[in-house]
Amino acid sequence: MASLNGYINQRVLLILQDGRCIVGTLVGLDNRADIVLSNSVERVYSPDEPVEEVPLGLYLVKGDMILLVGELDTEVDDATDLSQQRAEPLAPIRYGHE
Amino acid sequence: MLIFSVFKTLTDQVVTVELKNDLCITGTLKSVDQFLNIRLDKISVVDPERYPHMMAVKNCFIRGSVVRYVQIPATAVDTQLLEDATRREHASTHKR
Repeated sequence: MASLNGYINQRVLLILQDGRCIVGTLVGLDNRADIVLSNSVERVYSPDEPVEEVPLGLYLVKGDMILLVGELDTEVDDATDLSQQRAEPLAPIRYGHE
Repeated sequence: MLIFSVFKTLTDQVVTVELKNDLCITGTLKSVDQFLNIRLDKISVVDPERYPHMMAVKNCFIRGSVVRYVQIPATAVDTQLLEDATRREHASTHKR
């Protein structure tokens, strides 16, 4: 059974269906994979500006909206200089090939 | 249900999952559930230059509904057996 229980109290990265990236501490979840994050920030990527971190605080994300939950290696994450990172924002999901 | 069983036999194999936002993630398949949600360990993103977003991520949980393809090692599946099993399942669900 692939479950999310192991991610409780870990720093996680959520990728949402619309391509947004949210980093926070996973403090709660239910069987629909709805997720509560504390101390969360949205990382806004852009091709020619540094990554912007928008504080969101306590955030509840509906399970339907979540594409991926990743456990962060906090050492690697803290060592990453976001101000040097440039990237296109992730694409929203598409169904089929239009 | 058959595909769920197939994925269960693939645990601990290295697979590449392509998502419906074109992101490709390679990792060791740790577990799968009835919705084909997937847990991957020791992940790396294909084309990290373009997708640095997940650089610090060690392992992840992917929602089954957003997976477009899963690339699996050819040696990990018995194609003949799988063909027979899918035909058998098809036949049993389309009996009149």
